[in-house]
Amino acid sequence: MIATLTGFIDELRDVGVPVSMVEAIDAMRAVESLDLVDKVALRETLRATLIKNLRHERAFDTAFDVYFSSLPAPLPDHPELADDPVGQPSSTAPPEGDFDLDDLLQSLLDALQSSDSDGLRAGAQRAVDRLAGMEPGRPVGGTYYLYRTLRRLDMTRLEERLMEAMAEGRELSEFDQRLLREDIASRLEELKRQLEEEIRRRLVADRGREAVARTLRRPMIEDVDLMHATTAELAEMEAAIGPLTRKLAARLARRRKRRSGRLDFRKTVRRSLATGGVPVDPQFRHPRPHRPEVWLVCDISGSMATFSRFTLQFTHAMSSQFSRLRSFAFVDTVDEVSDFFGPGIDFGSALHRITTEAEVVWMDGHSDYGNTFETFLNRYGRQITPRTTIIITGDARNNYRPTREQALADIAKKARAVIWLNPEPTSYWDTGDSTMSEYAAHCDSVHEVRTLAQLESFVEGLTFPRARVF
Amino acid sequence: MELDSSQSVADALRTVGYLPDARIAQVVYLAAHLGKPILVEGPAGVGKTELAKALAAVTGRELVRLQCYEGLDEAKALYEWNYKKQLLRIQADEDHEWSEIEQDIFSEEFLLERPLLRAIRSEKPAILLIDEVDRVEVETEALLLEVLSDFQVSIPELGTIAASSIPMVLLTSNNTRELSEALKRRCLFLHIDYPDPEREQEILEARVPGLSAHLAEQIARVARSVRNLDLKKSPSVSETIDWARTLLALAVDQVDEDVLADTLHVLLKYQTDIETAAKELTAPAR
Ligand SMILES: Nc1ncnc2c1ncn2[C@@H]1O[C@H](COP(=O)(O)OP(=O)(O)O)[C@@H](O)[C@H]1O
Ligand SMILES: [Mg+2]
Repeated sequence: MIATLTGFIDELRDVGVPVSMVEAIDAMRAVESLDLVDKVALRETLRATLIKNLRHERAFDTAFDVYFSSLPAPLPDHPELADDPVGQPSSTAPPEGDFDLDDLLQSLLDALQSSDSDGLRAGAQRAVDRLAGMEPGRPVGGTYYLYRTLRRLDMTRLEERLMEAMAEGRELSEFDQRLLREDIASRLEELKRQLEEEIRRRLVADRGREAVARTLRRPMIEDVDLMHATTAELAEMEAAIGPLTRKLAARLARRRKRRSGRLDFRKTVRRSLATGGVPVDPQFRHPRPHRPEVWLVCDISGSMATFSRFTLQFTHAMSSQFSRLRSFAFVDTVDEVSDFFGPGIDFGSALHRITTEAEVVWMDGHSDYGNTFETFLNRYGRQITPRTTIIITGDARNNYRPTREQALADIAKKARAVIWLNPEPTSYWDTGDSTMSEYAAHCDSVHEVRTLAQLESFVEGLTFPRARVF
Repeated sequence: MELDSSQSVADALRTVGYLPDARIAQVVYLAAHLGKPILVEGPAGVGKTELAKALAAVTGRELVRLQCYEGLDEAKALYEWNYKKQLLRIQADEDHEWSEIEQDIFSEEFLLERPLLRAIRSEKPAILLIDEVDRVEVETEALLLEVLSDFQVSIPELGTIAASSIPMVLLTSNNTRELSEALKRRCLFLHIDYPDPEREQEILEARVPGLSAHLAEQIARVARSVRNLDLKKSPSVSETIDWARTLLALAVDQVDEDVLADTLHVLLKYQTDIETAAKELTAPAR
């Protein structure tokens, strides 16, 4: 057990989950207090001692499936499985003949409908056994086998049959249909999870933990490069943005650090009258909470495609946190897009309207930061106040056009702060047509934000100059 | 009540109307077994604070609560000298020697015990709830960490006060900022999310007397559906409880589009969220 645990912890570290010495020791101590066959208890024990950030849970669960795959005890309710020695799949190639797909589907349906988790696990094991067509020795991570199993089970049909069975012949209103669909979706999700776990268990039995763990490794979502993220990764990042924007909102609203306000002399003296002039109860002025005003200005040109999708998602999430958020998009000129993020508008339609309705192209559709800043200053400059924080996102690649820095300098003069987030590695700045340094001179701070982790550390480290006083 | 297995933790919590899932029960058992604090994180209204209260109820221990807020400092978290009382004593003893007065006014009598000190000076081990710890500043967090590591407090005028008992500690966080690595390393981590419909149904039945199982199930399913929407603030468990109470008062026995439309304001706090949910759920686009 200790050896497995050590391997497991090494694996976590290898995929980038920070596990300290203290935590490793805690985990070992905690595991000693457990009944080993109980997989749920072991999983939660290791999770609580080793994982201190929600974002690491996915990596944790994957590694756990691999390292503790041989744990599920034979199911008492399904004696036919007991002859399948744990961790040793009885066969990998489905023997022909005695297998009845309809029978399997029926037992899956029954288990799904009655939320019978043992039955579901048994069904998942049978499905993998017969349908995944696993080939020994193939260095794959299992997604392919999962896909094949799901296709052969015909999930769409399964969903329909489940829908029928659970409606029990009633005529459902649209509302009830929706509730039922969501219910069924979560049951099918559980089936998928069981299938995936079973596939991993067999992969491990075939090729060993280390090998399987290696093929399953993916960069942590927070470290994926925003410029080169896949659609699936983007979706996952987008889910992580919500909490981050809440943090940013909290940061921006936070008062400047000061334990208590300044001494309120008059109030203190007035109070002291009650104690014969002894000022026993000093009164302080309360610092006024800050009402932040944030403007986001995003480059949405082609060179920024994935990144701008991400920043717009960030904007979308921010607009649900700040009533006074304004957003602008630009390519070679700039347009306000705040209204596209109005209440109740989902991200998809906001994105659609921005790409079709916002007037962000004036000349040829190649980024023009100079013209953008000048237009911005002329159109919106008068509305910038000493409370306005402006966050610009873009790669500062100006297609060798005039930078017109003075415009940005003027914007910065009016605003509380100008912050620039650049999705390129610092080492690329100022190479080719990048004009980062010219603009940086007028910003309060410039940050490389290529990953979610960097966006997060930007948010964490955010401190603001106080509102400028005239 | 003994917390000597996750099963007995779960059973005990149920007796006081707290419905844990396997994860919660396991982590509480570990915390009791290893004597480590739990850092409970999750959205508002999922039962973080309630967990500490329920634990106090099942163990019969005193619940000492330190509610955190921005600007919380040592004087409010740990101890403070009662300087009003001290000043009045100084006035009254004007003719005494200063050293004598000093001895006198920096004694137990003038010490105002705040939650941290109180928890570790308790004769019987207390349940210490440090609620919403993400709201304090980093320096205060460091102070908390120090007390949680050493279980002693040094007061310059009185010397070091060691713990009379080690409390069971729960810290909660709504995750508005990242807590320090050091603090996290010390704690067991417990993320509580919105309950699944089965558990939410049980919670509703436990918390709303008179609610039928059928209605509780419907409410829980609708709650999941509403939480699937893209909202500014998803309904918390306390809000589904309020909603259940409202439906009960209105003698509703079946939740349909119309009932939902009329009572959405109980479940959701923002007008824009109410509009979104109304549009999505009660008037599906054809
Ligand atoms: N697991 C649970 N069992 C019973 N009641 C619960 C549970 N979770 C939440 N509740 C109910 O929800 C309410 C809000 O929970 P609370 O602990 O205040 O939330 P928070 O996570 O914000 O601290 C509680 O008062 C309780 O009625
Ligand atoms: Mg709370």
